[in-house]
Amino acid sequence: MANIVYEKSRGLTDTPFTYCPGCSHGTIHKLIAESLVELDVLDKSIAIAPVGCSVLAYEFFNCDAIQAAHGRAPAVATGIKRVEPDKIVFTYQGDGDLASIGTAEIIHAAHRGENFTVIFVNNGIYGMTGGQMAPTTLINQKTSTSPYGRQESTTGKPLLVSEMMAQIPSATYIERVSVHDIRHITQAKKAIKKAFEYQIANKGFSMVEVIADCPVGWNMTPVDARKTIADAMIPYYPLGVYKDAGGEA
Amino acid sequence: MKVLMKGNIALSEAAIQAGCTAFFGYPITPQNEIPEYMSAKMEPAGGVFIQAESEVGAINMVYGAAAAGARTMTTSSSPGMALKQEGISYLCGANLPCVIVNVARCGPGLGGILPGQSDYFQATRGGGNGDYYTPVYAPSTVQECWDLVFHSFDIADKYRTPVMILLDGMLGQMMEPVETKVHPRLNVDKPWATNGNAASRPRNAITSLSLFGEVLEAMNLERFKVYEEIAKKEVMVENTVKDGDTVAIVAYGAPSRIVVNAIDELKEEGINAGLIRPITLWPYPGDIFLNLPSSVNHILVAELSMGQMVEDVRLAVNGKYPVHFYGRTGGVVFEPIEIANKVREILGKPTKEIESKIESKTATQDENLRGGI
Repeated sequence: MANIVYEKSRGLTDTPFTYCPGCSHGTIHKLIAESLVELDVLDKSIAIAPVGCSVLAYEFFNCDAIQAAHGRAPAVATGIKRVEPDKIVFTYQGDGDLASIGTAEIIHAAHRGENFTVIFVNNGIYGMTGGQMAPTTLINQKTSTSPYGRQESTTGKPLLVSEMMAQIPSATYIERVSVHDIRHITQAKKAIKKAFEYQIANKGFSMVEVIADCPVGWNMTPVDARKTIADAMIPYYPLGVYKDAGGEA
Repeated sequence: MKVLMKGNIALSEAAIQAGCTAFFGYPITPQNEIPEYMSAKMEPAGGVFIQAESEVGAINMVYGAAAAGARTMTTSSSPGMALKQEGISYLCGANLPCVIVNVARCGPGLGGILPGQSDYFQATRGGGNGDYYTPVYAPSTVQECWDLVFHSFDIADKYRTPVMILLDGMLGQMMEPVETKVHPRLNVDKPWATNGNAASRPRNAITSLSLFGEVLEAMNLERFKVYEEIAKKEVMVENTVKDGDTVAIVAYGAPSRIVVNAIDELKEEGINAGLIRPITLWPYPGDIFLNLPSSVNHILVAELSMGQMVEDVRLAVNGKYPVHFYGRTGGVVFEPIEIANKVREILGKPTKEIESKIESKTATQDENLRGGI
């Protein structure tokens, strides 16, 4: 037998993904799964799936998992982590879930300094329900509920979640990354792993915002969608560390 | 030895004694003594207390703690309970055990902080989306508050369901002596818990979701089998109707004690009536109405609502007796003479004059405003 040079992470189950071709969720799932395995915490991890495209994530992560009501994942994670403080708890939430219906829950989980990890996938659109406008939809971006393009005069400017979360005194680690090319995927992996390392070290609330694409919702080919992340998303959503109060992991 | 305590305190301390290790609450009158007590006592007892950002947050923390296998509780009052309905629906859909207490006030909307029983439909009909019920216990004394907490945690674990305790603010605020007996706990294994122990067993997943019709229907049918078993085994009711009684009066919770006074008053003038007091509001003790003594000619339902439980009585009676109703709302609590007069009216006898209380009621309202909303 030849040497194995690459294999699917055992942090993922064998259940086929339900995500559309070209969507970033698969890549982000892989980065989380690899991080949990590399940190040797997979068996003691508990994943919280949101409502949205990743509603079925509880079937994909190869650890204990629970599906939460729309936007409520941080409250559910709080309940679990407080009664199982030695376990690794993370939520996986989209921008409709976290930045719209779940703003109270995410802000107050950070506000209490809850020691769990949030992976926030921002693709600027409600993918699961057919591509409606989100608080994170870019100005002039056309969606099924902003058919003439998002207008600032009536819907405001896209919500900058990482910038907002970094203002919360008890939040420990907030970073925004992207997964549109290899270099950025490598950086995203580092950030996700660091967030889990902080949790393992009991350093408190960590959130990694991942700028992602939605080729179907954006009405683009996957290649164009990746290019749009670089050309349109990142200029509005600058990548980088917004808060790091954890010192070295 | 008996200890003098408020209903709200009895509910709190009993929960700790019953092994509740995770409490999540939010301030709302008239249940504030519960989160206040828990904030002082849970941590020393080795448990978790969080004052959540909202009732929505609190019920979802319960969802998480219950999923991890803990005995967990949240408490609120009527408008807060409305906010928890989404979470209760999810808890039922995911078959997660917990105890939820509603120290009810009057509504609708912000209503007022005076006692009410107008959350009966919400409590017994599901309240959230989808097909589900929760067992609902209605204590009428502070002692019963204490005892039913232990029972509720056991029933929740045994059947993997949220259990509700529904009382009104009057009982929550009332002080009575309580025998603080610690009831033995039913220990139920929770091999399904998502507690991060996948090293020693296959991974667990908890969800209320299925995108396949037949699968979701099977989950619902399975849950309704459990409901059938609960309905068969867990009905609780107090029944003092005896041979010779012409009227059976149905009331639950603290107001049932006012009905007892009315029954005593009527007895003095030779009118015999008995009390039927449902302790479980779901499952409803409907069978009791099928076996009443032949002397009973009338059923009277008394509630602090515009008439909610009366619908369950009518369903159970199924036309066998005339079903009458007497209710007060807005936080107004009926007096024994009002119930007695209703019985006199039903039987075609002269009623007695009720003294006007309008002046004192205005004063009460002013006091309540000072008490805060």
